[in-house]
Amino acid sequence: MPRQFTPKVITANRLLEGDAVWFTTQDTWSGNIHDAEFLTDEAHADLRLLEAQAQAHVIAGAYLADAKQGDNGPEPTHFREAFRTRGPSNYPHGKQEQNHV
Amino acid sequence: MYKYNDFDEAFVRERVAQFRGQVERRIDGSLTEDEFKPLRLMNGLYLQLHAYMLRVAVPYGTLSSAQMDRLAHLAETYDKGYGHFTTRQNIQYNWPELKDVPDMLSDLADVGMHAIQTSGNTIRNVTADHFAGAAADEVADPRPVAELLRQWSTDHPEFQFLPRKFKIAITGAEDDRAVIKAHDIGLQLRRVDGTLGVRVIVGGGLGRTPMIGKVLRDFLPLEDLLPYTEAVVSVWNRLGRRDNKYKARIKITVHEHGIEEISRLVEDRFTAIKPGFSGVDQEILREIETQFAPPAFRNAPTDAYDAAYAADPLFRSWADTNLTAHRAEGYAIVSISLKKHGATPGDATADQMRVMADLARTYGHDELRVSHEQNIILPHVHKSDLPDLYAALRSADLATANIGLASDIIACPGMDYCALATARSIPIAQQIAERVEELKIEHEVGHLKIKISGCINACGHHHVGHIGILGLDRAGVENYQITLGGDGTQHAAIGERAGPGFAYDEIVPAIERLITGYLALREHEDETFIEAYRRLGAAPFKAILYPQEARDAA
Repeated sequence: MPRQFTPKVITANRLLEGDAVWFTTQDTWSGNIHDAEFLTDEAHADLRLLEAQAQAHVIAGAYLADAKQGDNGPEPTHFREAFRTRGPSNYPHGKQEQNHV
Repeated sequence: MYKYNDFDEAFVRERVAQFRGQVERRIDGSLTEDEFKPLRLMNGLYLQLHAYMLRVAVPYGTLSSAQMDRLAHLAETYDKGYGHFTTRQNIQYNWPELKDVPDMLSDLADVGMHAIQTSGNTIRNVTADHFAGAAADEVADPRPVAELLRQWSTDHPEFQFLPRKFKIAITGAEDDRAVIKAHDIGLQLRRVDGTLGVRVIVGGGLGRTPMIGKVLRDFLPLEDLLPYTEAVVSVWNRLGRRDNKYKARIKITVHEHGIEEISRLVEDRFTAIKPGFSGVDQEILREIETQFAPPAFRNAPTDAYDAAYAADPLFRSWADTNLTAHRAEGYAIVSISLKKHGATPGDATADQMRVMADLARTYGHDELRVSHEQNIILPHVHKSDLPDLYAALRSADLATANIGLASDIIACPGMDYCALATARSIPIAQQIAERVEELKIEHEVGHLKIKISGCINACGHHHVGHIGILGLDRAGVENYQITLGGDGTQHAAIGERAGPGFAYDEIVPAIERLITGYLALREHEDETFIEAYRRLGAAPFKAILYPQEARDAA
């Protein structure tokens, strides 16, 4: 039995600012994981990753990250990816600052 | 202090100009990330979890006031108003934007600083005893040699594509404050029969496979240092395991080939290359030495200090923990703690940096040091100035009296910033420090080194902490392993793993149990944690950490 594919989102860091971004169905990058394209098919995910990586003038280091579907859109499943949606825990910097979460 | 000559100045400026061009070409799309990444790493620029990070070298941990002021300027202009001093005596900026980095490097070049070789598979920033030139127990100031090594290793054509990174640390004292036995090469200046020479230690390192360095030469004549060091790096450059990055460091090469074989190869190589060193390196060293001449220490009464010490219990407490004996009569070495309880270890705001720079200018012969323990040192302060200095530190929130105590914790940035981290370390350090402050026990506990790393690479030196904490990802959850009995001094030892790890919300109570448990175990008030551990072994400490298992076994 092949291993079952875990749903994914494509994430990267923005080239100029370096902050975390997620790849949308519109081929754009959003600072909010909820806007990300939710990928449930492995072949499609690999193809989308290639398309995302082709935007080398916008982002750096695109990769597939595990995700689950939540009420407002995709959500991270691993704590590392969850931190990337917020920012560091020692100061209110990063996305938590911009989003006033 | 070393001042750039025309060559240094031109070289650093040229590198800034080159990097400016590289950044422009990355932004306009002419360079891909794969092409750009090695170029940015050569200039200390990382891409982390939330932003870019620029790592600036503080060579052998020495700064002038003007340099510290410039670090404050960078923090304020290009970052979020603070910087993070690291365990390699560097400073890291956590929030720069790519387009600003060439300007940051240019601003640094104005004060003789750079970020070259703070990353990549090269010889990294040479670190030194943070009390160098001031310590009472020193045979010679190691910084001229460290500066010589910096010049030799910077852009050294043979060593730009090493199997892995390479770290050199140097001390001039028997009391090792530079963790020389946990470096690829550790150097100790020694005087034997009136002659200055060097003990060369090789193959130490922490990380995935921690090793204590081995003595390669017990006493190397000082004039042979560069050819000999070059021979060591050269032998490893050929033998080092480029097939496996986890086996590429020299500690593995020494382990696999044995110290005798490495020694034979190094001696052969040394004999071969020595004639190429015409002695010009020694001329340069003499020139560097003049720039590290000790300041003009003054002779003055210390009555003001004695009076404040007798009258003010807060000053007394700070003086007892944060001062170290100076080699000059009437002087003290001041450690400024960047470990206020609950604050991020090693962080200083731009304002605090400016205060420290001002204090160095007014009271400290214009010198500051960054310690690998993430504190700032004013190496030369006359005791009569200490009451005023202390008052100024208090108003800048820099007077925490905890050097060497439980809350003086080393912590790497961990998963709050670092892309390599497997767990957070900063919040663990913050919570431990807050807890010991609530309990008001750290002065009673005394000397205790707690060191925290957020991944196996061990930037937080956890292996050599009396209590080491390693943050891991266990099945998608943060988990913290404790090691006990580590030591980063001349009695270097790798800590032993105590047992199963603890969850994020269990680790601080576990450390509290260890600390209070030690108080019950010690023979007398002067027996430190590490001494009690050495006397008793791991068993009673494990029983404290894992009370359930201890009960089950009973």
